[in-house]
Amino acid sequence: MSDYLVDIKHEKLSFFTPVGEVKALNDVSIQMKEGEVLGIVGESGSGKSVTAYSLMGLTADNGKIVDGEVNFNGHRVDLMTEKEIRKIRGKEISIIFQDPMTSLNPVYTIGNQIEEAVRVHGDKTKEEARQRPRELLTLVGINEPDKRLKQYPHELSGGMRQRVMIAIALACEPKLLIADEPTTALDVTIQAQILELMNDLRRKLKMGIILITHDLGVVASMCDHIAVMYAGEIVEYGTTDDIFYEPKHEYTKGLLKSIPKFQEKEYSRLVPIEGTPVDLLNPPKGCGFAPRCDSCMKICLERKPEKMIINADGTFEDMPDETEYNGKHYSRCWLQKKEQFELQDNAKGES
Amino acid sequence: MAKYIIKRILFGVLTAFVVATLTFFIMNLVPGGPFLSEKAVTPQAQAAMEAKYGLDKPLFVQYLTYMGDILQGDMGMSLKKRGFTVNDIIRNKFPVSARLGGMAVLLSVLIGVPLGSIAAYNRGKVIDNIIIVFSTAGIAIPTFLSSTLMMYFLSVKLKLLPSLGLTTPASYIMPVLALSLYPASYISRLMRSSMLDVIGQDYMRTARAKGVSTFKSIFKHALRNAILPVVTYLGPLLAYLMTGSFIVEKIFTIPGLGHEFVSAIPSRDYPLIMGTTIFLACFIILMNVVVDIAYAFIDPRIKLK
Repeated sequence: MSDYLVDIKHEKLSFFTPVGEVKALNDVSIQMKEGEVLGIVGESGSGKSVTAYSLMGLTADNGKIVDGEVNFNGHRVDLMTEKEIRKIRGKEISIIFQDPMTSLNPVYTIGNQIEEAVRVHGDKTKEEARQRPRELLTLVGINEPDKRLKQYPHELSGGMRQRVMIAIALACEPKLLIADEPTTALDVTIQAQILELMNDLRRKLKMGIILITHDLGVVASMCDHIAVMYAGEIVEYGTTDDIFYEPKHEYTKGLLKSIPKFQEKEYSRLVPIEGTPVDLLNPPKGCGFAPRCDSCMKICLERKPEKMIINADGTFEDMPDETEYNGKHYSRCWLQKKEQFELQDNAKGES
Repeated sequence: MAKYIIKRILFGVLTAFVVATLTFFIMNLVPGGPFLSEKAVTPQAQAAMEAKYGLDKPLFVQYLTYMGDILQGDMGMSLKKRGFTVNDIIRNKFPVSARLGGMAVLLSVLIGVPLGSIAAYNRGKVIDNIIIVFSTAGIAIPTFLSSTLMMYFLSVKLKLLPSLGLTTPASYIMPVLALSLYPASYISRLMRSSMLDVIGQDYMRTARAKGVSTFKSIFKHALRNAILPVVTYLGPLLAYLMTGSFIVEKIFTIPGLGHEFVSAIPSRDYPLIMGTTIFLACFIILMNVVVDIAYAFIDPRIKLK
């Protein structure tokens, strides 16, 4: 058994569609300790949700793990049957979705839906199961819980519904909470409240969180580590400080440039990342980001860059082949080796 | 809720009034009369008969008399079935049709809802295609064809079931099957499409993420959301099937209301035409109110005001 709560090794996942195999994940490796908060950022279709969903077997029916291992809390999730996975869903691993407006069943009361989550794993007595929804609503900061339990989803606001979703997710005190863009559908003021709530609960319950988002502002305030995904790969990984202050991959830099800043003059424009994401039906031979990259070199189009560890002093070294968690900052970019290439070229020229 | 029901019933009375008025005048616009076909009737005798039933008076006076009577619950005497009031005919024939129709509706729901759900859950697979083919055939095959085929094979050839009347429990089998073929097929198609819609909803994914079993997620989370279109269809369906089908009653020789309803027209049995039409209209109106109330119970987002 691994020491990690989450240990994904070289996961490859494809969706088999009528038009062909869509390679959604290409060699993704992630390690995460208990109680850690990991942010996964990237644009739509980069594979951030798929990575997290595959941890609880929630990918669509045509999605199959083709290669690699998915370990969670001592389970080999990729080898489990649907029936086995069902036993850990909602109990050891929970999820909250992007849109709280549609994620609750409109025809049942809030109380009914929370109680279902409590009862489904059946290790509570009847009396406990009856008391639990009330406790949970209090825990997620909903006032008048007794009144809310009898209400239907359409009678609550968006922020309140997301709190209810969190209450459902926490029903069995999971070890890991996946938050799939939990604030995207909410008003800005409510966004901050929900993030604060999640941060608070994480400390109280000592659970790990995987926060999936395309909003870098959201991850900055909460995460221990950040993984930047592009075209089904993790292109850069590091602590929040590494990613924000020492970004090494051109895509990460591009993402950071596209955040509006307060200090800038009002007439200076935001810098977008030009171009469109790659077609995962026919992934390119080289680096997925190369066609959109300003510093693209010949080699970027021809060979996939390997992971390289970036040391605190700015030097880099090749990452050992076996994925080993050390929380170290790494990126997948040929630019790190540019200097080395230049030296080699010079040496050739001289000889 | 009570206020809503009272309002709906008042509107229903108004609708029934409009139906009665329109039927009365349209019926009288159609050429012919109840006593024309009888042979060797002297003009004097015919005039006497018309006078007896008040048909000699101006149309508007006849209308006022009729409406006055019906307000007191009297739908008049049948012109063709001597000695029977329209009330008697409806009272005697309706229970027969209602029992048959009720069973057919029940059977349609019991077949259509599961088949539609199974098809949706196995979308694109063999079982889905089989269900689609059968439900399309069920919609396309006319009742007279399915009835006669059943009768030919099950009664004439195999001698398994009685071919006419409603004397034994077994004699219900064929008429009920014939009546439910179309609605069962239609319900399964309705159910399939609304189930497909519901399966793709976010709350179904939430149920899965909680660790709820597939069986429970269908029965608890999907069914109640997907059943609404079927409930809408059930209102008028109940009214039509319970007031009797002319074709099925004719083929299986069943003494039901559907037969009276249709045969009253060519014989110009004015009071019976009026009576059965108003009865059917009231029944449809009532069923629609019932459907609306059922709606509010199934989906809490629907408020009756």
